[in-house]
Amino acid sequence: MKKTWWVVPVIGAGAVAARRAWPAGSRSGGKPDDRWLTVTINRPVGEVGSGEKPPPPLDRFGESIDVRTRPAPGDRGTELAVRPAGREARQRSSSLPARMSGQDPRQELRQALREAKALLEAGEVLHADTPPTTRPTPAGKLLGLLNRRSGGEGVL
Amino acid sequence: MKALCWQGVNKLSVENVPDPELHNDQDMIVRLVAGTTCGSDLHLIGGYIPAMRAGDVIGHEFVGEVVETGPGVRRHKVGDRVVVCSFVGCGRCWYCANDLWSLCDNTNTNPGYGQALFGYETAGIFGYSHAMGGLRGSHAEYVRVPFADYGAFRVPDGIDDVSALFVSDSVPTGWMGADLAGVGPGDVVAVWGCGAVGQMAARAASLLGAERVIAIDRLPERLAMAERYAGCETIDYTATDVAAELRERTGGRGPDVCIEAVGMEAHSDGPMYLYDQAKQQLRMQTDRPTAVRQAIHACRKAGTVFILGVFAGAVDKFPLGAVINKGLTVRGAQMHGQRYIPMLLERLASGELRTAHLATHTVPLDQAPKAYDMFKHKTDGCVRTVIRP
Repeated sequence: MKKTWWVVPVIGAGAVAARRAWPAGSRSGGKPDDRWLTVTINRPVGEVGSGEKPPPPLDRFGESIDVRTRPAPGDRGTELAVRPAGREARQRSSSLPARMSGQDPRQELRQALREAKALLEAGEVLHADTPPTTRPTPAGKLLGLLNRRSGGEGVL
Repeated sequence: MKALCWQGVNKLSVENVPDPELHNDQDMIVRLVAGTTCGSDLHLIGGYIPAMRAGDVIGHEFVGEVVETGPGVRRHKVGDRVVVCSFVGCGRCWYCANDLWSLCDNTNTNPGYGQALFGYETAGIFGYSHAMGGLRGSHAEYVRVPFADYGAFRVPDGIDDVSALFVSDSVPTGWMGADLAGVGPGDVVAVWGCGAVGQMAARAASLLGAERVIAIDRLPERLAMAERYAGCETIDYTATDVAAELRERTGGRGPDVCIEAVGMEAHSDGPMYLYDQAKQQLRMQTDRPTAVRQAIHACRKAGTVFILGVFAGAVDKFPLGAVINKGLTVRGAQMHGQRYIPMLLERLASGELRTAHLATHTVPLDQAPKAYDMFKHKTDGCVRTVIRP
């Protein structure tokens, strides 16, 4: 029993993540996921960009995303928000398997939003150490998959 | 290079692993001079911290010498002797800019775990699971230090390696507890736990002006250290009723500030300990908050409780009624080390702070698994073991 303790919080975190990863439409009675993904960047609005000229790497999405910026209250910098452009694109809610395989477009958007924040604030996106481990195991491979998806999930 | 790897619950081994490389411009590589065991590693080794992967290098408290710098590193050069903060901060997000470094937005490479567990992720920390950043640990011959200009600090010439080592984590953790709890002149402060962090919290409370500091533990050698080096009174919790003792020593008021420096694997000698053990074994709670409960009950009305110990998840029988009805302030934090380390190095150089006594044992890296076993079971008077590559 003790040797498998560690899986419990991982499963718990995974269950929460899975719940969040479940298609938004199925949680909200079929409504499309119109929610904006947002971060607050500790830089002034003028440095963050605009809807017409979003910061990298969001600029690579072109017209496929909506972008908006506004000053954050209390001198906290700039709120940067993005979402897939067009109701039809937002209605393409993805399945959990799609999220686990990294096929959900919102994952890519989340990742890019985080990277935009890191680039603007810290000048670079921190990379994990590689190789991440020296001993491949089945549990480790599962964790590696979760790690790879981690940047595309979350509360954004 | 050689490194200490987590191989599974309560399994450690020294392995050959690839040397670290510069992955970002603001990285540098440090050759380890010394690292140390930390109580929070025991939670990780015992399987209480999620997202550990077999083969992960552990360790987060260290001092070393710079051997390579990335093109974005400005404040360090090859040959510098540095102490490195265990938490990694980018230095420019809102949290770092406001001296809340362990909450950095940009240094956890796996934010999804923290967001699922806590709502938001923490900063990255060396060698402390993929949930806490996915960065390799420091119990190795070399370690990569991201955002090196912000997390590494040159050690003044007058400070020896072992004394500087503890400024990496345990000293700023203890100091932060006293500081953020608002300890000031006239206060009576009680500290649960006389490990390195508890001793440093007690010493910090004294230096911040506390009138009396009372440290609580069960191990005589640690209580003796707290008396000698932190200059505080002590209570052996196995020999008395802690709450009654604190009431008596504080004129019936209770301590103004209670600092918990124990964490999720707390011991005690009462029935509550057995209850917590059973619940934890059955995974009906992840952490044992025995010392937190005591601190909340013992604290004076309108006092402050600061939780310094590491907790990972949910606890049972948290005395929320006492918090509300006594009007307590309860705070907690992981360590904002970059905020304190320069000041602490100055205090170490001036002799106000002493840390070398914490290093009760020294071993080479090859013997690190045995060192952790000794540290876990607190045998041979072990407080901290210094690990030298």
